[in-house]
Amino acid sequence: MSRLTLLSLQLLVAVVAIVLWQVLSTVPVFGKILLPPFFFSNPVDVFSQIVKWFASGVIWKHLWITLWESILAFVIGSLGGVLVGFWFARQPVVAAVFDPYVKMVNALPRVVLAPIFALWLGLGIWSKVALGVTLVFFIVFFNVYQGVKEVSRTVLDNGRMLGMSEQQLMRNVYWPSALSWMFSSLHTSVGFAVVGAVVGEYLGSAAGLGYLIQQAEGVFDVAGVFAGMFVLSAFVLLIDMGVTMVERRLLVWRPTAADGRG
Amino acid sequence: MTMPTAVALEDTKVAFRLGDGRVYTAVEQAQLAVGQGEFVAIVGPTGCGKSTLLNVAAGLLKPAAGSVKVFDRPLAGLNKDAGYLFQADALFPWKTAVDNVAIGLEIRGTPRPEALARAQKWLTSVGLGAFAGRYPHMLSGGQRKRVALAQVLIRDPKILLMDEPFGPLDAQTRQVMGNLLLELWSADRKAVLFVTHDLEEAIALADRVVIMSAGPSSRIIGDWRVELARPRDIFEVRLDKEFHALHREIWSVLKDEVMKGYAQSTQAEAV
Repeated sequence: MSRLTLLSLQLLVAVVAIVLWQVLSTVPVFGKILLPPFFFSNPVDVFSQIVKWFASGVIWKHLWITLWESILAFVIGSLGGVLVGFWFARQPVVAAVFDPYVKMVNALPRVVLAPIFALWLGLGIWSKVALGVTLVFFIVFFNVYQGVKEVSRTVLDNGRMLGMSEQQLMRNVYWPSALSWMFSSLHTSVGFAVVGAVVGEYLGSAAGLGYLIQQAEGVFDVAGVFAGMFVLSAFVLLIDMGVTMVERRLLVWRPTAADGRG
Repeated sequence: MTMPTAVALEDTKVAFRLGDGRVYTAVEQAQLAVGQGEFVAIVGPTGCGKSTLLNVAAGLLKPAAGSVKVFDRPLAGLNKDAGYLFQADALFPWKTAVDNVAIGLEIRGTPRPEALARAQKWLTSVGLGAFAGRYPHMLSGGQRKRVALAQVLIRDPKILLMDEPFGPLDAQTRQVMGNLLLELWSADRKAVLFVTHDLEEAIALADRVVIMSAGPSSRIIGDWRVELARPRDIFEVRLDKEFHALHREIWSVLKDEVMKGYAQSTQAEAV
């Protein structure tokens, strides 16, 4: 299938869905409207809400806050994940001691932590960043841990025979291997950074996309909820495209980088 | 002809402790000396511990008994005089071909521009001058072996340890690589310990062929001098009458061991 056909088919799906939504929510079928506007709104209202947000400029502030929270959550979570992952992989005793606790914390649904973070860190951005960090940290941590543990025995022996000291092995073998594992989970960890930010905002904040959706929901403004969701999806798509570009550059040496997620 | 010894295994025994506490003796006893400038090939059936012996010579494994001497000094830790060519892919996948070759110099403190220039020269001499910027996954199996060869040789090790280096390659590529190896080796004649299961390859390349018995608890059971003239061409030398005579002689000993090794490996699978 050519790119053009694919693209037009993809567009067709969106058009059909939107037209169906519009028709079913405005035109009665056998004297009954199948999608009552109170619960389902309609595409025209949703779209005009989005336009209103962008025209008045209120949306930028919220987008900016969510983006900033996501970035902070990603950076802090990744940094922590890399450091702890490295530490645990190089110190099996430490890893064994902490193992049950790591599993315990990771098994916890992060949403229940949100109120705690709100109490500790207030309603500003840091409680949202903390929530994102708890999500990002574990993904990066597990990947780096694997990456360091599963360095090929032969490559390691080769490094030793070429005369590398422990420190040089660290720089030339363990580190690139761990990073490659971390980058391979880049899409997931960036996605979770956004999830953490939005869920945190939804549960209690004064700004951000999650706040916007929560506010609309509070006054039964279904068009506002849908509008918020659409803006959020577009936002995540854009970030994901950025990640793909970064990934292409960083993982050129990997056979799968070229045909990875697009 | 007495040559100073480059690497010597003296009554070396290699054993491993298995998961269930039993001790598995891979090599019962091995006595082997490789002279300076000498090319020695170790041939043996699958599972006879020939790679294990090479790891002992490299210092990657400690012998259970006996000792290793490098230039008449007991080996402690890794064998710093040796370059090791592995059977499996051992290149750093995140480095380009030229970086893979240069790394051996860089970790020694050679400035990067100089290391890169010399790496480029080495890549050219293994026939890959135009592939410097490629990552290992973009190279064929044979090309990766060439890069690995350059990676080892750029450090100018006095001893070359090779563990079935051309094992994964197809028959033609193996012969081409064999010729390349001989050509590079003849320039400065390093001591070579070359492990293979291919008797023809061993005779074609080496000055001496050493045969090991089937494992476990294997030992060295034969040592033949190969008097074929150098420089050799691997394609040509196989047609030589002397080559055939020697092959027949060694094979008569090796054959029984190969059958024993095969029987053992099938038994082990049945258990």
